[in-house]
Amino acid sequence: MYSEKVLDHYNHPKNVGTFDGADEAAVGTGIVGAPECGDVMKLQLKVEDGKIVDAKFKTFGCGSAIASSSLATEWVKGKTVEEALSITNSDIAEELSLPPVKIHCSVLAEDAIKAAIADYQSRQS
Amino acid sequence: MKPIYLDYSATTPVDPRVLSKMLPYFTQLFGNAASKNHGFGWAAEQAVDEARAQIAALIGAEAKEIVITSGATESDNLALMGVAEMYKEKGNHIITCVTEHKAVLDPAHYLETKGFEVTFLPVDKEGMVDLEQLEAAITEKTILISLMAVNNEIGTIHPLKKIGALAKKHGVLFHTDATQAVGKIPLDVIDMDIDLMSMSAHKMYGPKGVGALYVRRRKPRVRLSPIVHGGGHERGMRSGTLNVTGIVGFGEACRLAGLEMEAEAKQLAQMRDRLHQGLEAKLDYLYLNGHPAERLPGLLNISFAFVEGESLMMGMENIAVSSGSACTSASLEPSYVLRALGVGEDLAHCSIRFSMGRFTTEEEIDRTIEKVVATVTRLREMSPLYDMAKAGIDINTIQWAGH
Repeated sequence: MYSEKVLDHYNHPKNVGTFDGADEAAVGTGIVGAPECGDVMKLQLKVEDGKIVDAKFKTFGCGSAIASSSLATEWVKGKTVEEALSITNSDIAEELSLPPVKIHCSVLAEDAIKAAIADYQSRQS
Repeated sequence: MKPIYLDYSATTPVDPRVLSKMLPYFTQLFGNAASKNHGFGWAAEQAVDEARAQIAALIGAEAKEIVITSGATESDNLALMGVAEMYKEKGNHIITCVTEHKAVLDPAHYLETKGFEVTFLPVDKEGMVDLEQLEAAITEKTILISLMAVNNEIGTIHPLKKIGALAKKHGVLFHTDATQAVGKIPLDVIDMDIDLMSMSAHKMYGPKGVGALYVRRRKPRVRLSPIVHGGGHERGMRSGTLNVTGIVGFGEACRLAGLEMEAEAKQLAQMRDRLHQGLEAKLDYLYLNGHPAERLPGLLNISFAFVEGESLMMGMENIAVSSGSACTSASLEPSYVLRALGVGEDLAHCSIRFSMGRFTTEEEIDRTIEKVVATVTRLREMSPLYDMAKAGIDINTIQWAGH
């Protein structure tokens, strides 16, 4: 029922955690979703010289939501902010072989990346 | 690891003793119970008669009052639609409640489109209807009260005897969907003034595809319009060649339940409490769904706050349970039963129903506790909501961007 990749991210999620208060200007945080909808993603990016050097997540949600956010943190690392903005939900859904009923998990992950970047950018002014 | 089955409320395995009773009726005693002119038919009819008596005995009824169906869904449909059609001259009002199974709710909604009025009573936070509210809802037009014996998701037991007395006092028929109750708790259609009762074999160690509707014959004599027309089987209330093997199995399952129910219920209640206490000893933020006392032995429905139900089930590999989470339902809506109790949608997503049965062992319960505790702990470490709770933030005060 679950793809190998979803299972792998669920069982061995990458980059679970939170950046502590330090270095606030360099960190962007995005929180998307809602508890009553059954999923909440918190994604954080650490940016140095326009490049995402680290990412962390915490997710309340189904296995596909956990996998989508875990994958998102993997993908954004090493990318510039602009490159990260080009990651789409269909890239994530395709990589994880998500069934149609789980597409919203990948949408949420894309939203989380965008929200985290928007938060980072708002801290630069 | 050998899989652990804790989903007995969904279905049960056929008891091997039931199966061995059924087997000869597939190949040797295969007659049609409606064949009145030869030995094959007579043998089948005799087996059906015997089974009918066993089914009736378990609920204090008479054999003639048992109408065989394909299962509880058909029984519920027959009760609601059959009463509505037969008594429509008398009135057009039916009373039921919001936490009923879809097999009652959907026919009720269908009847609304046919000119009937249906009152869907609310329930309290433990899943009980309010008897005063029930009585107040009865009008001159009321022909039927349909309230379930045991709720399938949370196990809350309705006060059938009081409901029956109320219905009788007002001259209204009382139907109960007892799918989750038959063979698990004592039921007596005379003592409880029940006029119609839906039953299913596969929830009590019998085969799938067979059930029954108890239809009272005396004081009052309940009449029903059939929904399946044909050869006039089952006193004209349900045509169709009888599923003899299934009926034999259902009868034997009822006989065994009558003998073993009391001891089994005690054992199941102990296992349920062992599971509950075992989880509570190691995990915080657990919420019991359902009534703390008036609850089916063997059923435990718990919300594990901050952990989504489907992801929890995914981590409990090889342990079969059910969840009220939206992600496990086709509709993407969390359980309507839990929402009717006033359980927040956030907690409905976190609910797991554990249902134990005849073949559950203490060792399985202990392994389940271990696995659930490990999985919930791991997922909470990953949950932003758990962080917030520990930091003293009430997640209900946050303005979430829903999607």
